[in-house]
Amino acid sequence: MAIVRWQPGESSEFDRLRQEMDRLTNLLSWGTEPFFSRVYPALNMTEEGDNFLVRAELPGVKAEDLDISVVEGRLVIRGERKIGAEGKDTNYHRKEREAGFFRRTITLPTKVAADKVSAVMRNGILTVTLPKSEETKPRRIAVKSA
Amino acid sequence: MKEKEMELKEKKEAKPAAGEGTRPGPVFIPAVDILEDPTGITILADMPGVDGKNVDIDLRDNQLTIIGRIDPAEGEKEVSLHREFQWGDFFRQFTLSEVIDQNKITAKMDEGVLRLILPKVEKMKPQKIKVSAG
Repeated sequence: MAIVRWQPGESSEFDRLRQEMDRLTNLLSWGTEPFFSRVYPALNMTEEGDNFLVRAELPGVKAEDLDISVVEGRLVIRGERKIGAEGKDTNYHRKEREAGFFRRTITLPTKVAADKVSAVMRNGILTVTLPKSEETKPRRIAVKSA
Repeated sequence: MKEKEMELKEKKEAKPAAGEGTRPGPVFIPAVDILEDPTGITILADMPGVDGKNVDIDLRDNQLTIIGRIDPAEGEKEVSLHREFQWGDFFRQFTLSEVIDQNKITAKMDEGVLRLILPKVEKMKPQKIKVSAG
């Protein structure tokens, strides 16, 4: 193999590799959080205009059994999934659904207006809408001609 | 009793051959509980994002098919920042060993959970058999 002097800026094999590594690192991390936290529930986060939207699949979880808060730039979702008892004459063929407590936290990309955060449960999907804080919004600065 | 903490289980994707494949996107296998009591069989299936009107239940011979279609949860203008789970329809099939009274099947969707009640045919209900001492 030939030894080639590395010249930054030139599209070398090394640069391509480094870019690919950067891309993978970005893909695998969100701030300090791993891509998959392995904690229930799994979360998706999207951005639309001035809002962040966080969604989780929580089938069978009632709104009153959820506790959602924003603490120091993190969204905290806690709750309990209850599965009611069936009659005593009932026997199970399969039992794949689980009940129990959960507590999940996710770091938010920017500051949010904590007092304007809202959450909705619909068909077993939780949607938390987090409006970005005023101070993080881009501001247009008018230039006056002297 | 100690509080039970829930563990994350990855959604299981249905094999392409099993799904109907009429819509793009992944198809998942819903987690189910299957219960039986003397009157019938109850199936509980977790299908988050599925509205009651988007559930298809088909019982042919003794093959039961459950299909749940989701409405897109994310708006078109939303940009994904972080993704831990995929959205997709649900599909699952069972073979029933009991004879079901087809006219009395009831299904209800509540908070993303399907409750399907399959009553047994009257004559199939167990009868106590007396054992006489010989």
